[in-house]
Amino acid sequence: MTMTDRLEKTLSKPGKLLSIYFTAGYPAVEDTVPIIKKLEEAGADMVEIGLPFSDPLADGPVIQESSTHALRNGMTTRKLFDQIRDIRQQVSLPLVIMGYFNPILQFGVEAFCAACAESGIDGLILPDLPLDVYERDYKEIMEAHGLSVIFLITPQTSDERIRQIDSASTSFIYMVSSASTTGVQSEFGKGRDAYFKRIADLDLKHPQLVGFGISDAASFQRATTYAKGAIIGSGFIRMLTEKGTGGIEAYIKGIL
Amino acid sequence: MSKYQVDANGFYGEFGGAFIPEMLYPNIEELRQEYRQILSSESFQQEYQQLLRDYVGRPTPLYFASRLSEHYGARIYLKREDLCHTGAHKVNNTVGQILLARHLGKSRIIAETGAGQHGVATATVCALMGMPCIVYMGEVDIARQAPNVARMKMLGAEVRPARSGSRTLKDATNEAIRDWINNPEDTHYIIGSVVGPHPYPDLVARLQAIISEEIKEQLLAAEGTEDPDVLVACVGGGSNAAGTYYHYLDREHVEIIAAEAAGLGVDTGESAATSALGKMGIIHASKTLLMQTDDGQITEPYSISAGLDYPGVGPLHAHLFKSGRAKFVPVTDAEAMEAGQELARLEGIIPAIETAHGFAVLKKGHIAKDSLAVINLSGRGDKDLQTYMDYFKLSE
Repeated sequence: MTMTDRLEKTLSKPGKLLSIYFTAGYPAVEDTVPIIKKLEEAGADMVEIGLPFSDPLADGPVIQESSTHALRNGMTTRKLFDQIRDIRQQVSLPLVIMGYFNPILQFGVEAFCAACAESGIDGLILPDLPLDVYERDYKEIMEAHGLSVIFLITPQTSDERIRQIDSASTSFIYMVSSASTTGVQSEFGKGRDAYFKRIADLDLKHPQLVGFGISDAASFQRATTYAKGAIIGSGFIRMLTEKGTGGIEAYIKGIL
Repeated sequence: MSKYQVDANGFYGEFGGAFIPEMLYPNIEELRQEYRQILSSESFQQEYQQLLRDYVGRPTPLYFASRLSEHYGARIYLKREDLCHTGAHKVNNTVGQILLARHLGKSRIIAETGAGQHGVATATVCALMGMPCIVYMGEVDIARQAPNVARMKMLGAEVRPARSGSRTLKDATNEAIRDWINNPEDTHYIIGSVVGPHPYPDLVARLQAIISEEIKEQLLAAEGTEDPDVLVACVGGGSNAAGTYYHYLDREHVEIIAAEAAGLGVDTGESAATSALGKMGIIHASKTLLMQTDDGQITEPYSISAGLDYPGVGPLHAHLFKSGRAKFVPVTDAEAMEAGQELARLEGIIPAIETAHGFAVLKKGHIAKDSLAVINLSGRGDKDLQTYMDYFKLSE
């Protein structure tokens, strides 16, 4: 199965999708693969593997700390690729790498994409690689390796730009729930509903997954009223910090 | 167009750009579309020029340093940015940016600070305009720059400690950017140097360009020529240097020297000499030279001077380095401290330790005999008294 197929097949499943973000190398450096396997067993639909970075600008304290911790554990980009080399013999759900651009630039963009393709990574979320730079400098390389690049939209993104992002997308759109860094616990109030509805009414070509501020069954329900699915990051990492990898099954079942 | 000016995509050669998360796109785009127009508008210029004159105290003198000149056998002029209100060039930028923020309809100001000079300059203009001001400062810097923390608080600013990462300037900048992501509508972020996403490096350079504009006029009056043989400034992020070089960038016969902080020495692992130790990468949304591991993690620099203690450098300066337009001279802590003391004793001026790095190029032999030199005296040393006291054991 090609990578795009894997994402496409998941995105066209009936029902709402749950995607989980975690930071590679946290809590322990060798937890990466066990976490992915447990997430699939517990029923998550997709996994975002966070590449730890020293200066994660768009992240709140929880993901910052998990990154710092992972780096202190000795996590590196090379080590991640070593860990996930055989991942496709173990899981079949779509895998997306989420990472800031500098470590990828140092690894070499071409080499990074090749390593992703070899490990069976399906897509990339690169929060500090803007759309125009992507299209000008990197689209060709990333597409050549079959990687679907996923872009973010926020409540401040204009309709015109959302349409532009929709047409540059090849799998789904990452819909940031509020103007915030990750992990900010906020009410899914009326303003949020209006934003979700505005996006739903745009009738975009690609489905949306909502992220930021989702951590439990209630916020998952609320977020997926208008969207195809939702992404949990900080909430999952908080659970890992408290309960370790043994808590994964109960956590996922508690949401779905 | 000048090859040293920013291009339409926000790059200086291969450096610069705006590697921002989508959350910042509307703010950066608004700024990008409007900053040039606002800066050149009559209403902005009128207010800006008036504040620079009556509030900041411009033009600052271009002072002929006769004893220093005699000592080194050159004709050396000092651009006295240390005489600006708040004690350094930083206020040129904050005065301009607070007016810009008002033009953009913003009501809340955030800033980052390392040594505290930019934080004080921002708190000052916020008090002047009656706007709320939040300054992010690394926890480590808060502890070692207590007088400037007190000044900011006296001026009514809220100083928020940056507790992430290494808890210094780089982390304070991260926290300010995160604040902006969380407050996208009412807030303007006043960056203190020629760093960050486009258009900030160009915006800050334009607001500091008043330094070289005045040097041209003043040198013409004093020496009958606008052009010195050599211009010297210290570079951390590089705002005073950008201002000093700005109007001379295309006059290739004017030599440009950038003094960067070598800390304990370029090869000691305790250094902030970005041109020597940095590799191309992305820091604070700008592609530039930066100090990092092979894995692309940003490392913590070291310098005795908190204002030069930055792992990157503005993209303009990375371009000036790479193109060979500027000569970068690494200056150690010891060389800078000695130069600071020498200036105090020869001219009766105690410079900021950042500024003292620029003066160290004299002793290192980079200013030819009989040449006409202008050194930017970017800030005064009051804030560094404790460091000078400890270093020279002045309280014994």
